[in-house]
Amino acid sequence: MTGLISARDLDWHPAPLAPDYRSSILRSPAHALLHYDPTETEMTGPTFGHNMLGALDDNLILNYANPGEAAIGPRIIVHGKLIDEDRRPLPGKLIEVWQANAGGRYRHKKDGYTAPLDPNFGGCGRCISGEDGSYSFQTIQPGPYPWPNGGNDWRPAHIHFSVFGDGFAQRLITQMYFEGDPHIALCPIVQSIPSTQAINTLVARLDMSNTIPMDIRAYRFDIVLRGRNQTLFENKMEGL
Amino acid sequence: MANFKESASQTAGPYVHIGCVPTFAGLEGMYGGKDLGNTMITGNPAGKRITLCLRVIDAAGEPMTDAMIEAWQPGPEGSFGPTEGFNHWGRQPTDAETGEAIFKTLMPGAPTGQTPHILLWIAARGINMALITRVYFPENDNAADPVFAIAGERAATLVAEKTDNGYVHTIHLQGDHETVFFDV
Repeated sequence: MTGLISARDLDWHPAPLAPDYRSSILRSPAHALLHYDPTETEMTGPTFGHNMLGALDDNLILNYANPGEAAIGPRIIVHGKLIDEDRRPLPGKLIEVWQANAGGRYRHKKDGYTAPLDPNFGGCGRCISGEDGSYSFQTIQPGPYPWPNGGNDWRPAHIHFSVFGDGFAQRLITQMYFEGDPHIALCPIVQSIPSTQAINTLVARLDMSNTIPMDIRAYRFDIVLRGRNQTLFENKMEGL
Repeated sequence: MANFKESASQTAGPYVHIGCVPTFAGLEGMYGGKDLGNTMITGNPAGKRITLCLRVIDAAGEPMTDAMIEAWQPGPEGSFGPTEGFNHWGRQPTDAETGEAIFKTLMPGAPTGQTPHILLWIAARGINMALITRVYFPENDNAADPVFAIAGERAATLVAEKTDNGYVHTIHLQGDHETVFFDV
C-alpha cells in the first residue's frame, strides 16, 4: 500500500528555514525530513459531515455579529474548487479559514496592533466542499498589518486556510492573498516560497462573473491537494 | 492559468487558534462553543484509555506556547475506523503557559505491517509547512515497524516516556535530541 498519494515536491514549498522570516530560525528542524511512502496511516484521515455545520459558519460577516448588525469592511465572497493534482474534485472536505478584520486586527489576545477590534467580527469560518469540490464563504476583505520581524514588515491582506483531504498526507495549511496587493512582493513569509509560479497560485483573482451587482464582490481561489491513486480510494478506501 | 500542483504551504501563524480552536482563542460561542477535535473519546469504546502529554521545544530550549497539534491514529484493533464512541483524530493547542498539549485517547493498536503509533502534525508560527512525526510506545517492539526503522539511530526521538498517569513525549525542533520529522 505504498505510493498511493503522490510524493510531495518539497522544492515547491517554503524550506523550513527561511531566515528573512525570523520566527523560522528557532522553529525549523536542522535535519532533512526523512522520506517514506504513505502507509495506511497517512492514506486515511478524518471525515466531516455537513451536519456539523451551523447556518452561519460560512458567513464571517454575520457569524460573530450582534443580531441585526454586521462586520465592517468590503463585502466579499471567496470561492473556488478544492481539487487534487490529478484534477479530481475533493467533495465533502472540511475547509477552515481565519483572518484579521478590515483594519488588519485579529481577535486574539496576542495581537496588540493599534487598529481597533470590530465588535461584530470574529474572523473565523468554515465550510465543507460540495460534490464538485466547490466551496464558498462570505467575509469582509481583511486589511494589511504590521508585524514584528525586525524591520518595517507588513503582511499583505490574507486569509488563512486549513484544508483536509482524503488521507492525512494531504493535510495542508496555507494562505490566500489578493490580486494586486503590493505587499505580496515585499513579504518574507510569502517570499519563503521559492517560485513566483507557486506564489501566484495563492493569489485570489477578482471574479466579476460571480460578483453580485450592488451587493458583494467575488474572489476566486482554487486549492490543490496532493494527487491520489484513483483506484484505491474509489474502490477500497471509501467508507473507511 | 490552471494550476495542478499542490498549493504551496504557508505558516499557520500566531493566530491559528482563531480558525481551528476558536473557543480556546476566546471567541465565545463560536461553533456552539466546542472546538473541533477537542474530544477523542466521545462514548464508551473498548480499549485502554491513555493520556498523552506533548510538548514542542524550540531551538532556544523554550516550549512553544502557540502551536497546534493534530493526532491521527488507529483504534485499539489497529483499524482507522470509524469506531463507535471514538474519534481517531484529535486536535489540541499547546498551553499558553506550560506549552503542554494533552490528548486523552485510546492506546492505538497495530495497523497491518506496523507497530502501534500516533501520527502527529504540528502547525505554528515559524513553521512554514506543518511538521509530521510519529509517537511510538516504549513497551512495543518498535524496531519491527518499517517507518520507525527509517529513523535509524535517531528513532529513540519517536518513543514516548511512560509515566504514572500516561505518557509524555517531548518534540525537539533542533539540538542533540532533534525529533525525526517526516516527508510522507
